[in-house]
Amino acid sequence: MGELAIYRRLVGARIRADLQYRTSFFLFLASQTLVAGLDLAVILVLFTQVSSIGGWSAPEVALLYGLAGTGFGLADLFASEVELASRHIKAGTFDLFLLRPAGALLQLCATEFAPRRIGRLVQPLIVIVVVLGRVDISWTPAKVVLIPVAILSGAVIFSAIWVITSSVSFWTVETQEVSNSFTYGGLTLSQYPIDVFGTWLRRMVTFVLPLAFVSYFPAAYLLDKPVAFGLPSSVALLAPVVAIVLVFVARAVWQLAVRHYRSTGS
Amino acid sequence: MAVVELDNVGKRFTVGIRKGWVRRERREVRAVDGISLSIEPGAMVGYIGPNGAGKSTTIKMLTGILVPSSGSVRVAGLDPNRERVTVARRIGVLFGQRTQLWWDLPLEDSFSLLRHVYRVPQDRFDANLAVFRELLALDELLPIPVRQLSLGQRMRGELAAVLLHDPAILFLDEPTIGLDPVSKEAVRSFLVELNCTRGTTVLLTTHDLVDVERLCERLVIIDHGKLIEDSTVAAIKQRYGTERTLVVDLEAPGPPLSVDGVRVTRVDGPRQWLQFHRDTWTAAALLERVATQAAVRDLSVEEPAIEDIVRAIYRGEASSSV
Repeated sequence: MGELAIYRRLVGARIRADLQYRTSFFLFLASQTLVAGLDLAVILVLFTQVSSIGGWSAPEVALLYGLAGTGFGLADLFASEVELASRHIKAGTFDLFLLRPAGALLQLCATEFAPRRIGRLVQPLIVIVVVLGRVDISWTPAKVVLIPVAILSGAVIFSAIWVITSSVSFWTVETQEVSNSFTYGGLTLSQYPIDVFGTWLRRMVTFVLPLAFVSYFPAAYLLDKPVAFGLPSSVALLAPVVAIVLVFVARAVWQLAVRHYRSTGS
Repeated sequence: MAVVELDNVGKRFTVGIRKGWVRRERREVRAVDGISLSIEPGAMVGYIGPNGAGKSTTIKMLTGILVPSSGSVRVAGLDPNRERVTVARRIGVLFGQRTQLWWDLPLEDSFSLLRHVYRVPQDRFDANLAVFRELLALDELLPIPVRQLSLGQRMRGELAAVLLHDPAILFLDEPTIGLDPVSKEAVRSFLVELNCTRGTTVLLTTHDLVDVERLCERLVIIDHGKLIEDSTVAAIKQRYGTERTLVVDLEAPGPPLSVDGVRVTRVDGPRQWLQFHRDTWTAAALLERVATQAAVRDLSVEEPAIEDIVRAIYRGEASSSV
């Protein structure tokens, strides 16, 4: 509870500092909203040429877009700050986090919090609402609960990927590109039904980097679609479990990275 | 019981040295090499050494930023590595070359943020802030964004910031670097006051030996990661400062005086500087001898400056006469 209060204060400080540069704030907010929309535009353009992708119709793929985009947007808002660890290490300001009686990751994410990233969330959220009104879903209580659970799990899965890939910068210092290829690349992968991927990629996003749990499995469950590998569609309900496992992995990797930093002082 | 304890502490870094395009040779550097040190509560200790001697590395190990490669470190009886968060609450750390304040926000915002980070009770915070406002003349600085403060003003803010949570031990890494003489003095007198009224233990690194003379009774000198001197300032002067200087103003300019065992280091018109060894001459005896050669109008005796002694120790020139 105490750590959360510290987080809130540090984020508040960051927002007050950012408000000093108001114009850039609104410009960036607008650009983020726009960028989030471009992905959807690509999908829609695709559907002017084909009627379905991997057996999924346009509104169904839009649901994937919505789920993936919202989860990603939340992770972008709250966890993507971790990729700035390398900048703090280079500037020597990472030491400051270690001097204070609070978790270093929490301080880093709070210090670099940027409210303008909220722009990424708007579009996919609207898409989810619009699509849910358009597609045919036979509602059950489990499906109703699954929607927020899937979005939160997706956010946690993306956040964990961010932490894991950014931790590498404690060894190499310059790896934002590597991190981005997993996070932004992961977003793109989770916007399409995995049935269209080759076998190895399909296995990869199901069992290794579990992006299928962000959007594909939950959407298939909602739409009563068969899923890859002949798995039962209720595999979607494992999304929170997958997210929690990934949190533990991310935590271990982060701690290893900080321990490495503290023993090398790089 | 000592509040700061280093027992045979070492810190090794591996650095990659470029050899040609791709090939890199890894070499081990001992930044700190077997330092033992213990500091009693309420002491003010100067920790000095030339650039790259290992001062900052030591401070980083004491404050939990770096983990020692060997030996053990204890701060307030705890291991700053394993119990980083607990230790963080009991120590204050100031790096003169880096800010811990929120750059774009008014100074007072940094204080209230730190109050929350360190969970300082409101009444302790108010009482401390009232004291520091007065001692450090912070009143007119509080509403100003930190980035608009001068270095001297900012350093006053930094000092208050590291002390709001009542740390028992203060680590200062070059707290007076880049400050003008007035600001330096403000920092020093504040530290003296703090040490007197609160008994705060202070370990400070500096390149300005006036800091040491003004603040520290004890001086620890390190070089190449090794401890080369740990003693009181007075004892170090006694041991290394064997050469004193008698400055005489003669009635008329003349050739350099000639006295056995005395070196004339400078002549400026009627004024001459006579350097002599503490053991071979006393100032009084030397003056008597000089008076037989020329009429003396005025005189003064210069004691060796700690600055010169330390410079000599760094160069490895100082020879102990004990």
